[in-house]
Amino acid sequence: MPIGSPFHSRTDALCRTQEWREWSGYFAAISYQVSHEVEYYSVRNAAGLLDVSPLFKYEITGSDAGQLVDRIMTRNIGKCQVGQVVYSPWCDERGKVIDDGTIARLGETRFRVTAADPNLRWFQDCSSGLDAQVRDVSVEVAALALQGPNARNILKQIFTKIDLDRLPYYHAIEAKLGINRLEISRTGYTGDLGYELWIGADNAEALWDRVMEAGQGFGLQPLGLAALDMLRVEAGLLLIDVDYTSAQHARIPSQYSSPIEIGLGWAVDLAHRDFIGAEALRAEKQRGSLRKFVGLEVSWEALDELFDEVDLPPQVAGRASRMPVPLYAGGKQIGQATSMLFSPILKKYIALATVEAAHSQVGGRVEMEITVEYERKRAEARVAKLPFFDPKRKKALAHS
Amino acid sequence: MARAGKKVLVLEKRPVLGGATVSEEVYPGFRYSVFSYVVSLLRPEIIRDLQLPKHGLTILPLESTLTPLPDGDYLYRDSDKWATYRNIQRFSARDADAYGEYGRDMYFMAKAVKYILGIRPPDPTSLHPGELLRLAKLGKHFLGLGADKLHMLVKLMTMSSAEFLEEWFESDPLIATLSSSGIIGTFLGPRSPGSAYVLLHHYMGEIDGVFRAWGFAKGGTGGISEAIASSARAFGAEMRTDSGVAEVAIRNGQVKGVVLENGAEIDADIVVSSLDPKLTFLTLLNPEELPNELVDSVRGFDTYGSSGKVNLALDAAPDLACLPGLGPHLRGAISISPNVDYLERAYDQAKYGQFSEKPYIDVVLPSMIDPHMAPPGKHVMSCFVQYAPYQLNEGTWPEQREAFGDAVVNTLSEYIPNLKKIILHRQVLSPWDIEQTIGLSGGNIFQGELSLSQLFFLRPAPGYADYRTPIRGYYQCGSATHPGGGITGAPGRLAALEILKDGKL
Repeated sequence: MPIGSPFHSRTDALCRTQEWREWSGYFAAISYQVSHEVEYYSVRNAAGLLDVSPLFKYEITGSDAGQLVDRIMTRNIGKCQVGQVVYSPWCDERGKVIDDGTIARLGETRFRVTAADPNLRWFQDCSSGLDAQVRDVSVEVAALALQGPNARNILKQIFTKIDLDRLPYYHAIEAKLGINRLEISRTGYTGDLGYELWIGADNAEALWDRVMEAGQGFGLQPLGLAALDMLRVEAGLLLIDVDYTSAQHARIPSQYSSPIEIGLGWAVDLAHRDFIGAEALRAEKQRGSLRKFVGLEVSWEALDELFDEVDLPPQVAGRASRMPVPLYAGGKQIGQATSMLFSPILKKYIALATVEAAHSQVGGRVEMEITVEYERKRAEARVAKLPFFDPKRKKALAHS
Repeated sequence: MARAGKKVLVLEKRPVLGGATVSEEVYPGFRYSVFSYVVSLLRPEIIRDLQLPKHGLTILPLESTLTPLPDGDYLYRDSDKWATYRNIQRFSARDADAYGEYGRDMYFMAKAVKYILGIRPPDPTSLHPGELLRLAKLGKHFLGLGADKLHMLVKLMTMSSAEFLEEWFESDPLIATLSSSGIIGTFLGPRSPGSAYVLLHHYMGEIDGVFRAWGFAKGGTGGISEAIASSARAFGAEMRTDSGVAEVAIRNGQVKGVVLENGAEIDADIVVSSLDPKLTFLTLLNPEELPNELVDSVRGFDTYGSSGKVNLALDAAPDLACLPGLGPHLRGAISISPNVDYLERAYDQAKYGQFSEKPYIDVVLPSMIDPHMAPPGKHVMSCFVQYAPYQLNEGTWPEQREAFGDAVVNTLSEYIPNLKKIILHRQVLSPWDIEQTIGLSGGNIFQGELSLSQLFFLRPAPGYADYRTPIRGYYQCGSATHPGGGITGAPGRLAALEILKDGKL
């Protein structure tokens, strides 16, 4: 049975649908209200509050902490300043992605890494010869994501002593709630302006209450996973074991992915570095990758036509779908779309997909399998630039 | 065989079919799976070919393992991935991480070995083109695994289960409980090289886990024998109980039939023995009819038994000190394996001819899973016990049997305080009793140790691993043939295929 997160007393009281999903052994609300679109729009138009405590969190300390994180991550952590946060995947020796997450440099020799899966053993095993300790703080640190254009204004109601206006994208700042310390990072999984709040589990409920209270008048809604899944697809953010398989779970060669193959080539810094998997990734870079991660926009005209054949308007899922479907080009299967939805804000049917490298050019045409009244059809789609949705406010400083 | 159109007669010495796979009402109202008690390795192809579900085979889930600890704590693992993660994490956060990876890698190992379960072992000394081809196929299979998996497989074939597991884990209750699969039915300790293979042998059921091949047979393990018998009858086979075979009749190197213990003679062109090789070759035949090297091999074949069984009828549910009251933990296995030293000490005593005073015990409560096994509110408790050496240093098993039963009940009572008060009936089976009742030489539950020297093309004897014997028409198909023990049906199936192949020539 899943257990409640440190916010469970609050989320349970609000989850009117009683629709829960298990997230790493915790109860996570799928949708608090019958219409998850209310929650979706709260993030694009106001603010949503999401319990992200089920993330795995590791604290890495010690005089060689920086070296250890740099050894593990494909990103160059040496460049990461205190107070900065970076996003990075990490790989096994063969350069295949194990997981991805954020790395916050909380001090010169103190980092906090988030992960989707347990990684304690891996991080510890990577630390041989270094003075670096890895501690699992998943249970003791509770986390909330406050996302949406009003997120900053809500936080400013609570944290009056810190300058949130000047907190840049992917940076973190320390704050206090009463006498209790917390960290606020300008990060999130929605592709919008947003923050994540990291606090000791004992003070979790007090934080939730304060944020919900401050959010009154700012349109704040509790945010469930159904809406989150839509938001992250619009933001072009991939999900482990949905859009790619972790090297720790893969069973056959085709299930392994390199970071380059899943669209994270930009987060692989090969220059003068010797992180785990670097050698294999250098070779891949030279050789060229076989697959690429892309966005797709399915032609609405094509959908219209296919559904018109059975006298129906296009039927597209109101929620993001995680049912992978094959992609074709020239009559041959060239990949698969792994996450898709009709984007309410873009009014487009969009998908995240993995395709053979030859078919990954933006603007290129592929066909996606669509089921029309139990019959499998194919609709034209074009490779699109990721992210699909990228508002200026996501990275901008206030008043800039 | 009947399915292939042969006229089949099954002869069983006891009044009940199934050998070690039987359910019996030893105490009124309570059904014991007297000997074997869970099923994990029954080959899916047998279930399909013999249409066993149609004939009543139902395998009920047995999904958890509880390891109670002397200090009142416990380790609990079940099919709930994250609850299991948290439970292991209480002992070691690293182990919780490693557990998933271990499961995946063991899946690869089981998959690698699964291929072998389904083939007749090739003879590596033969130059026959067919055998060479089979050897080449086998080599290709193993080389195809890749270096990492091949290395792991070699480790599994050679290491001790505890050492193998220590490469993954650090917490004692987890290592001990996992390593106990490496000692079940085997006269090895968790630190004895070779026990890791037995671990893999028991893990094999996991690979077919999705098809629910692992669990508890409805009606006890006898339910499996009854389903197979019913299927066989439907295909035209005849079963006779109380019909022990005294000898196999041969003439000019060709089998002619059997002579029953009651003197009756039955003619047959083909006789298949599912007994262990000592009975198959040395008792039912005159060894002088056989090549010396086979007789020597069979005499040396290790059938030394090391396990016992205690079956209890209980007036109420057992109440565990670590998890009082009823709960899902009572529907799974309860493993008395608090740490590796505990298991190793249990083995130490057995090495010198004593039963373990503090034994490893694998407990299941069949009536918690299938309520038909006991009257409502009452329970049967099956306790598989290790170690009970076949040969005692002092006294005989009939003299020591109840003292052994006391050791088991006393050990269990440390974890189940109400146990002694609720016992209505106790059945204690030593290896000697197993030998006496169902004829397994030495009381070895696998009809012979699953040691490297007795596996694959060496099982049961070099040159005779293809289910044939030097006597034309006389075959072997028991657990002492490849791929070994457990309720697998695999040796019988592979033997039948060979027999049918010979019939075509």
